[in-house]
Amino acid sequence: MRVLNLALWFVAALAALPLLVVLSSLLQPDTEIWRHLSEHVLPGVLLNTLSLLLGVLCGVFLLGVSLAWLVSQYQFPGRNLFAWALILPLAMPAYVLAFVQVGLFDFTGPVQTALREVFGQQLRLPEVRSVSGGIVVLSFAFYPYVYLLARNAFDSVGQRALEVGQSLGLSPLQSLWRVALPLARPWIVAGGLLAMMETLADFGAVYVLGVDTFTTAIYKSWFAMFSLAAAAQLASLLILLALTLMMLERWRRGKRRYQVSAHQHKRRRPLTGAKAWSAFAFAGAVLSAAFIVPLIQLLVWVAESGLADLDSRYVSFIWHSISLAAMASVVVLVLAFVVSMADYRLKSYSSRLAVQIASVGYAIPGTVLAVGVFIPVTWLNNRLIEWFALESPTLLEGSVMVLLIALACRFLSVAISPLSSAFQRISPSVIWAARSLGGSSLSLVRRIYLPLLKGGSVTALLLVFIDVMKEMPITLMMRPFGWDTLAVRVFEMTSEGEWERAALPAVMLVLVGLLPVILLIRNQDQLPVGETDD
Amino acid sequence: MNISTQFFKIKTLCLLLSAVLLPLQLQAAAPNEVVVYSSRNEQLIKPVFDQYTKETGVVVRYVTDKAGPLLARLKSEGKNTRADLLITVDAGNLWYATQSGLLQPVESANLNRDVPKHLRDPENNWFGLSVRARTLFYNTQQVTPAELSTYQALGEPQWGGRLCLRTSKKVYNQSLVAMLIANDGEAEAEQVVSSWVDNLATPPFSNDTKMLEAVASGLCSVGIANTYYYGRLMKKSPDLPLALFWANQTTDGVHVNVAGAGVTRYAPNHDQAVALLEWMASDKAQKLFADDNMEYPVNPAVKPAASVAAWGEFKPNLINVSQAGELQVQAVKLMDRAGYK
Repeated sequence: MRVLNLALWFVAALAALPLLVVLSSLLQPDTEIWRHLSEHVLPGVLLNTLSLLLGVLCGVFLLGVSLAWLVSQYQFPGRNLFAWALILPLAMPAYVLAFVQVGLFDFTGPVQTALREVFGQQLRLPEVRSVSGGIVVLSFAFYPYVYLLARNAFDSVGQRALEVGQSLGLSPLQSLWRVALPLARPWIVAGGLLAMMETLADFGAVYVLGVDTFTTAIYKSWFAMFSLAAAAQLASLLILLALTLMMLERWRRGKRRYQVSAHQHKRRRPLTGAKAWSAFAFAGAVLSAAFIVPLIQLLVWVAESGLADLDSRYVSFIWHSISLAAMASVVVLVLAFVVSMADYRLKSYSSRLAVQIASVGYAIPGTVLAVGVFIPVTWLNNRLIEWFALESPTLLEGSVMVLLIALACRFLSVAISPLSSAFQRISPSVIWAARSLGGSSLSLVRRIYLPLLKGGSVTALLLVFIDVMKEMPITLMMRPFGWDTLAVRVFEMTSEGEWERAALPAVMLVLVGLLPVILLIRNQDQLPVGETDD
Repeated sequence: MNISTQFFKIKTLCLLLSAVLLPLQLQAAAPNEVVVYSSRNEQLIKPVFDQYTKETGVVVRYVTDKAGPLLARLKSEGKNTRADLLITVDAGNLWYATQSGLLQPVESANLNRDVPKHLRDPENNWFGLSVRARTLFYNTQQVTPAELSTYQALGEPQWGGRLCLRTSKKVYNQSLVAMLIANDGEAEAEQVVSSWVDNLATPPFSNDTKMLEAVASGLCSVGIANTYYYGRLMKKSPDLPLALFWANQTTDGVHVNVAGAGVTRYAPNHDQAVALLEWMASDKAQKLFADDNMEYPVNPAVKPAASVAAWGEFKPNLINVSQAGELQVQAVKLMDRAGYK
């Protein structure tokens, strides 16, 4: 237990270090800039951020839960296709989705232009570049987290209880509300939390959508008003907000435990007639808006202006993206495993706090985190040079180690969520039994945890893989010379507004991202059966 | 899964990890190379560097990122930085780099000859390399050039609901407002910006291209953008009812900014950095540097590309561009107060 506790706090400290570095500038607060911010910037930013959070939360719950329920409980046209295809939007970076949606639905876009041709020049659709537009776009970008976790939960948790409910005369909707939702709650909430943290950290999408949030205010204070201190002051509020969200999740979960005893073969109720087709239309509309239409638009741009940029270097961009994502996901998985296991075994207030500290990096804008890692690393580098009178030991160049550490700080939360959920399903009685039979700690890990956690681990691994591929600011700052990835290419094109040319790397990013998504889907489909069949 | 395949998987994983983690290069700065940190994007600088390597044999290594992270990087690397040269796409960040002690002055007769005085740092810490002019664009079906005059006049009531702007978060607009402050004083500049906000037809756009498309579509009649965005857009769709108007020609002139570069304070290859900087400002490289992005060369001896020259001659604002940096914080605060998002 002692070792576990140490390991847990080591990981938490590692994840907290970049935040502490940034927050250390709070020691010299910038009162002048802060006064300006609190008078003219903060009120609007606070309102926008909270509306966005709340809206996105509602959006991802609405989309994610309803789709997961449809797909797991009913048979309708296209159901088998939608079951996996609805995860595909995960491969689409939010900033790309935002740009495409603005391109399509803004006044000058093809949709409004066509509508004006038909209905007259006075026609105006609601403004895409607004908070409500942001809520819609980000909900489409992040709903797969909830969908993924909720579907998994519906498939495995509720089946027997649902049958009991049905035998007591609950209608399908009643059984969703009174049985399935309460049982699947930790998973749904975990998905919602991921979506909210992504929303908090997002810069690219809200910038395109013209919505000022905490993140844009942090960037502005730092890079336009040259005040790291004011940026840190804002970032500390952001961290506080993220920690509060996590506490709320924990608090509502309370001491309840959720275990799965067994998984039964699924019997999906067939839908017929209008009901069947509206299910098809709903799932189809979501998939089109979040994935198919944006992908087509990107392909059109590639055909129009992106193909000229295609050269042999793309082989190395793709390879760098894939290998970086692969390495980072392994590192993150190992760290997340330590954290989740320690929390599962210790179950103390301090262990929960450590988990939350380890998770908070996901809510922090990438650039802030990148600088937070960079400062201590170069400090260490410079000390090494001093102490050992070296020519120049380059911790950053020629090695992606530091980049991996920074990515780990950012994405631990993504791996912790599915892993903790998986841990929660291991009944303590199994552990007691193994202990009483004289199993050592190591054999416990090897013979009980690893097999039971296989599904959750693969989910964690692939989610991190996809997220790292899409990640931009940390990769930009920490990559060794020449280590350009697809996301870096997207940056190069968009930095002077050439979004059409950015379509080429963006499409490749999406297509390469499909690979882990498809693996994820296969894992999901095997998961409940393989894991808990008894 | 049997033991041997599991072992095999672990082995491949270790190999993969070590292949990337181990090659820690402990090399010192090579004499025949120069290292550049650049916020000018790769497709614009690579042709320039490739040409330089071809002519001199000196290898140029570079990292691209936004200016903010690059400056943070330079600052924390301190004396042990590998960077010799810093390139940014605006004078504001070069000014801030100088303020933070990240650059060093360069005394060079060549640079003093090739870069006009108002386009370089008064202390020669950095030098402009290409000029970016920010001016007015109008919808030719809705506006005649006679109705246009200055940036300031876009706040007049006749433009109510007819103005489009890009976001105030973009440094180009921060520099523009800084120039207004330098010319007219803060109080007057704030009035101008407030009146712009009152005249907006739609919330500010995230980039100049979208803003120009809005003007062309008739959503608004007039807007402010950098000329190369206009050039790029018209190249793609030449039939757009969109035209350029040189602002403030009877007063202080068009607002210009620069993409520019400075030698870092602790440059390991100082002489190579100066040589590259001089070369980029020389008539040999200026066309390459500016033309790829339809910008104006800083070097007066070099003519802009034909397509750029076709927009006509203009009188630039001759205030030193470093003012954009000096007044940037003031400008950002002013725009916040005026409600310019």
